[in-house]
Amino acid sequence: MRIGVVTFPGSLDDRDAQRAIRIAGAEPVALWHGEHDLRGVDAIVLPGGFSYGDYLRAGAIASLSPIMAEVIDAANSGMPVLGICNGFQMLTEAHLLEGGLIRNDHGSFICRDQQLRVENTDTVWTSGFTAGQEITIPLKNGEGGFIASAETLAELEGEGRVVVRYVGLNPNGSLNDIAGISNARGNVVGLMPHPEHAVEAGFGPDTASAMRSGTDGLTFFTSAIERMLATA
Amino acid sequence: MPTIVVEVMPKAELLDPQGKAVAGVLGRLGKSRFTSVRLGKRFELTIDGPVDEAVLAEVRELADSVLSNAVIEDVVGIHVVGADSTVGASA
Repeated sequence: MRIGVVTFPGSLDDRDAQRAIRIAGAEPVALWHGEHDLRGVDAIVLPGGFSYGDYLRAGAIASLSPIMAEVIDAANSGMPVLGICNGFQMLTEAHLLEGGLIRNDHGSFICRDQQLRVENTDTVWTSGFTAGQEITIPLKNGEGGFIASAETLAELEGEGRVVVRYVGLNPNGSLNDIAGISNARGNVVGLMPHPEHAVEAGFGPDTASAMRSGTDGLTFFTSAIERMLATA
Repeated sequence: MPTIVVEVMPKAELLDPQGKAVAGVLGRLGKSRFTSVRLGKRFELTIDGPVDEAVLAEVRELADSVLSNAVIEDVVGIHVVGADSTVGASA
């Protein structure tokens, strides 16, 4: 099982995503934004960071990178694609996911361990969770406010495509507390919080049992791996 | 050298945290007559040669597809500045 992680100029969490994939039991494959080559991977992660310095709009220039032509084709033919933070912004700019991300309503960058509720466990990336499961993974962004038209919002809610929702505090003004969504098919998921930063005890968020012991993010990666193995 | 100016603003119904921050500092400076500030983008596209209708059509297309994101922004103006333009302003 090979999962590609695309590095763009300004990507920050590409190495973390590769590490998460390795810990989850698959082989991470480094992909480069400037190439038209997915190197035969089975799934793709678009990592967090500040591609192109967030110039134009967050994720906008990256969404027009050479490799995105292949990513869009692969996503449309069913390949699992996960966009984390800046990767989520790219997926909206590439029109693989609806809505958009705007500057946090309070105007500040926010970095915290964020509680989420997993509301859709049918997607490739969340099938290992139980419906309604509450998890904690890091969140760190300046432009994480999810917005969409009233019609799009009703469609996302009606079709159960809100994958994860903020619990407790809404950290950025996202409509309906939306932290992540999926496409209709469930193979493309984007979320602002960072599952790849909560995959190994000792390096994750604090939990009730021990400091930095949180590994709730790992299930995003193991879900995709198990789903792909089951359908291989 | 003619320049085509494209102006993009955050959608009116959306919160504009940057504009709000600027409005906040104006208030602290005692400039309280300004009740709100909104902050957008101005693109200047320079072209080597005259600006004709075909060029403007291309700019309009780029303004919608690349320079702005219709989910969060509106293109509020496209106009030509500088010499050699063969057509007038349009928005």
